[in-house]
Amino acid sequence: MDLLNASITFLNFVFVPGLAYGAQLALGALGVTLIYGILRFSNFAHGDTMAFGTMVTIYATWGLQAAGITLGVLPTALLGLPVGIIATALLVLLTDVLIYKFYRKKKAVPTILVMVSLGVMFVMNGIVRLFIGVEEQDFSDGARFLISAGDFKKWTGLSEGLAIKSTQAITVIVAVIVVAWLFWFLQKTRTGKSMRAFSDNEDLALLSGINPDRVVQVTWIIAAALATIAGVLYGLDKSFKPFVYFQLLLPIFAAAIVGGLGNPLGAIAGGFVIAFSEVMVTYAWKKVLTYALPESMAPDSLVQLLTTDYKFAVSFTILILVLLVMPTGLFKGKSV
Amino acid sequence: MSRNLALFAGVALLFVLTGMFQSWNLSLSILNMALLSAIMAMGVNIQWGYAGLFNTGIMGFTALGGLAVVLVSSRPVPEGWAAGGWSIVLGLLLGAATIAAAVMASKRMKKGALRNLAVAIILVVGFLAYRAVLDPAVEAVEAFNPATFGNIGGLGLPSLIAWPVGALFAAAAAWAVGKVALGLRSDYLAIATLGIAEIVIQVLKNEDWLTRGVKNITQLPRPWPVPLEVDLQNSATFLGWAERFGADPVGLSTIFVKLLYAMLFALVLLFVIWMSERALHSPWGRMMRAIRDNEVAAAAMGKNVTKRHLQVFIIGCAIVGFAGAMMTSMENQMVPGTYNPLRYTFLIWVMVVVGGSGNNWGSVLGALLIGWLWLIVESLGPAVMGQITSVMSEGPLKAHLIDSAPHMRLLTLGVILLLVLRFNPRGLIPEK
Amino acid sequence: MAEPFLIGEGMTGGYGGADILHGCTIAVEKGEIAVIVGPNGAGKSTAMKAVFGMLKLRQGHVKLAGEDITSLSPQDRVAKGMGFVPQTHNIFTSMTVEENLEMGAFIRTDDFSDTMAQVYDLFPILKQKRNQPAGELSGGQRQQVAVGRALMTQPKVLMLDEPTAGVSPIVMDELFDRIIEVARTGISILMVEQNARQALEIADKGYVLVQGANRFTDTGAALMADPEVRRSFLGG
Repeated sequence: MDLLNASITFLNFVFVPGLAYGAQLALGALGVTLIYGILRFSNFAHGDTMAFGTMVTIYATWGLQAAGITLGVLPTALLGLPVGIIATALLVLLTDVLIYKFYRKKKAVPTILVMVSLGVMFVMNGIVRLFIGVEEQDFSDGARFLISAGDFKKWTGLSEGLAIKSTQAITVIVAVIVVAWLFWFLQKTRTGKSMRAFSDNEDLALLSGINPDRVVQVTWIIAAALATIAGVLYGLDKSFKPFVYFQLLLPIFAAAIVGGLGNPLGAIAGGFVIAFSEVMVTYAWKKVLTYALPESMAPDSLVQLLTTDYKFAVSFTILILVLLVMPTGLFKGKSV
Repeated sequence: MSRNLALFAGVALLFVLTGMFQSWNLSLSILNMALLSAIMAMGVNIQWGYAGLFNTGIMGFTALGGLAVVLVSSRPVPEGWAAGGWSIVLGLLLGAATIAAAVMASKRMKKGALRNLAVAIILVVGFLAYRAVLDPAVEAVEAFNPATFGNIGGLGLPSLIAWPVGALFAAAAAWAVGKVALGLRSDYLAIATLGIAEIVIQVLKNEDWLTRGVKNITQLPRPWPVPLEVDLQNSATFLGWAERFGADPVGLSTIFVKLLYAMLFALVLLFVIWMSERALHSPWGRMMRAIRDNEVAAAAMGKNVTKRHLQVFIIGCAIVGFAGAMMTSMENQMVPGTYNPLRYTFLIWVMVVVGGSGNNWGSVLGALLIGWLWLIVESLGPAVMGQITSVMSEGPLKAHLIDSAPHMRLLTLGVILLLVLRFNPRGLIPEK
Repeated sequence: MAEPFLIGEGMTGGYGGADILHGCTIAVEKGEIAVIVGPNGAGKSTAMKAVFGMLKLRQGHVKLAGEDITSLSPQDRVAKGMGFVPQTHNIFTSMTVEENLEMGAFIRTDDFSDTMAQVYDLFPILKQKRNQPAGELSGGQRQQVAVGRALMTQPKVLMLDEPTAGVSPIVMDELFDRIIEVARTGISILMVEQNARQALEIADKGYVLVQGANRFTDTGAALMADPEVRRSFLGG
C-alpha cells in the first residue's frame, strides 16, 4: 500500500486534467446558459461559435508568430485572444441583427429559434471549414510544462510524477479570472443587474425602462467572449479541430442543464460535474488501485468503466439522469 | 395543385438534365440517395410537421437501421458466434435487467436515502455483472480471425427482412429517449436526441464484435430483386438486351441496378406517403395537429399530450430507421465512419423546412431538390471552383479554394435554411 | 373646473379583437386616490392598462398634466412620471429587495439613495430584508416590494392593478394604509380593486365600470352610500 503515490497518480491523471477540462466546459456552458436566460433558446451554434473564435485567434497567433512576437513562456494565443473575441463578437452581433432580431420581435417559439440557430450553425461551420479546413491545428507555443513529471519525481523522490501542463494551469487561471469578472459584472454593475432583471422578468424589466436591445447586445458580446475563451483554452490544451468543437455541444449542454439552464453558477458546477464524471468513468484505475490497495487485492484488469470513445455516453447519461430526477437542474434554473 | 406539379416537374428536369449532361449513372445515384432522404424526411416531417417535435438525432436512427442490416443479413460467422455469442446476449440481457430493476426499485420504493442506496447498489452490482459476462465474451469473439471477422456475424437472411427490423431498432431507441425527454421543455428532446445519435455512432465504431467497428462490414447482400452487376453481365438474356440497345453491357448493368433500386425505393416512399396521408386525415392526425397548435387546450380536453408525442416520435424514428436500413442495403456495406450529423441529421432538416413542414409532398420535394443540390455540388463543386479561380495564378490560395468547395455547401445550405425560415417559413409546398 | 391631473377620456379599444372598452373615462386628481371597481370582466384592468398605454385606443385620449400622451409607449410614460404595478409577476424574484428597488430606478441617472430611504421608511420590513431575494418574501411583503419598485422613479401617478389580490385581510388593511400614506406625499393613486367595499372606503373618487363603460362615478363615500351601487356591486 502506498497512498502517497496513489494520490499523486490520481492527481496527475484524474484531478488535473478534469479540472482543466471542467473549466473549459464551464466557460462554454456559461455562454449557453446566458443566451438561454436572456434570449430564451438553446443556441445550437455555440460550439461553432467557439470554433470560429478559436480560428480567428489561431490566425492572429500565426500572424504574431510570423512577426516574431511571442509571449515567452506563455502561449502567444493569449495575445491573439482579444482579436478572436472582437471578431466573434462582431459576427454574433451581425447574426443577431440579421437573423435573431426578427424572431425576437415576432416572439417566435423557442423551437423556431433553435431551428434558426441550426442554420447559423451551418453557416459558421461552413465559414470555419472554408477558411481553416477540417484538419487538426496545433497553435500552442511557449513552455509545455509548469511542472514536468520528471522534475516532480526528482524533487519529491516519489516513484510517480505529477505533470502540470502550462496550458492546464493557464486554463484554470484564465477561467477563474473570467468567472470572477463575470460574477462581479452580473452582481455589481448596472448593466449586469439589468441583464439579470431581464432574464428574471422580461415584462417588468421593460416596464422599468431597461433597454432590451442593449441587454441582448451585451449578452451576445459576453457569450462570444466566453465562447472564444473556452474554445481557445480547449484548443491550447488539446488541439483545434472544427468537428470536435461541434461535438463539444453535447457536454456543454449537459453541463448547462445539469446546473440548471439560465443559472450561471449552475453552469460552472455543471461543467465540473460533467468533466470529472467523464474523466473518472473513462480512466483506467489500475495504477491508482495498485498503489492504494494491499498487494493481494491489486487488480489485474484495467479497471476502466468505459473506454474514452464513450465519453459522450457519460455526458448523455448524466443529462438523462438529471432530466429524470430534477429537470430544473442542481441549481434552480428556468422552469422545465 | 398545378403549381405543385410544376415544382415536381422542375425537380424532375434537374435529374434529366444531370443525366443528359453529366451521366445517367450519376443522375440515378443522386436520385436513389434523394429518394432515401425523402423517406427520412417523411419520418422527420411526421415528428415536426404533425407534432412539433424537434429531433436532432436522425443520424443515430439511420445508423440503427444500418445495424439491423448487418445483424440480419450479413453472412453468419458461426465460429465467432460460438466463441461468445450467447454470453454477449446474456451480458446485454443482464445490462437491460439491471436498468429495469433500477427503474422498478425507484418506482416501487418510497422516496429517501434507502431508495437511493438500493438503486445505487442495483446499478453497481448489475454493471459489474454485465461487464464480467460481457468482457471475456467480447474478447473471445473479437479474437477469432480479426482480419476478416472478429464479429458475431449476422443471420444471413434476405435484406428485405432487415428493413423492418431496422425500423424496430430505431423505434426501440426512440421509445427510450422519448420516455425521458418528452414532456419536458422542447429543447431537451433536441439535446437528448443529439446525444443518443452520437452514442449510437460511437457504439458502431467501437464495438468490433457487433459491426467490426472501423474495419467495416462489406459485401452485404443485395435486397430482392436487385441482382449483382457481375451476374447481369454474365447473363445471356441481359447481354441480349444490351446488344439490342447497342449499349455497353457494363455501363448498362450499373444503370439497370440503379433503376431497380430507384423503383424499389419509390415504391416504399409511395407507401409511406400513402400511410402518412391517411394518418394525417384520420381523427388521429387531426388530434395530433390540434395538440401541436395548442398543447394546453388539447391537454385540457383530456388528451394525453406526452403519450401522443411519444407515439408520433416512435413512428417517425421507425421510418427513419427503415430508410437507414435501405441505405445500408443499397451501399452493400456498413461504414460507421461515414455517419456525419451534418449530412444525416441537419441536411434532412433543411429538406423538411425547404419543402414545407407539415406537408408530406413538400418534404418529398424538398428531399429531391436539396438531395440533388447536395450531391451535384459534390461532383461539380471542384470543377466550378476551378472555373471561378481560373483567373487566379497557381498557388496555395487557389489550391485551398478548390479544396474547400465541399465546405461551400454547408455555408450555402445554412444560408438557404435561414432564408427559407425567414421569408418563406411554410416552405415550397405549404401545409393545407 | 380645471382638467384632472391624469385623465383617460372616452377610451375605446381592446387587444386587437373586439373592443373591451366603450367610451370609458377614468381620471385622478393630484394627491388623491381613485379606485376602479366593477364585476368580473368589466374591463377594470383593461381600463387601467389603457391609461398606461398597454393597449391601442381606437378612440379617446390620455392626458397627463394637460399634455396629450396617447401615443406614448408605457416606457415613455414611466419617464413622464407614471408608475405601474402589475397584478402578477410584479417583482424580480431572483434578485434581492434592494436590487429590485435599484431596477425600479433604472431610468434615473441622478442619485436615488434618498428615494430608496423614503421607500424603506414607508416599508420598514423591506429595509430589514433588503439583501434577501424578493422571491423568498411573503405575499404581502412582495406587494410592498412591487409598490416600492414603482415608487423608485418618483412617479407623480402610481397605478396599482389589484394590489391586494391573494393576500390576507390583515395584510390588505396594512397595504391600504400604506397606499394612503403614499397619496399623502402628493402622489396620485389609480387603483383597480376586487375588494370594492374596502377600496371605496379609502377612495376620493370611485369608478364603477360595467362592460367597459362607466356606470357610476362619484366620490368613494357617495358610492358607498348609493343604494343601487350597494345592492348591485357591494353585496347589499
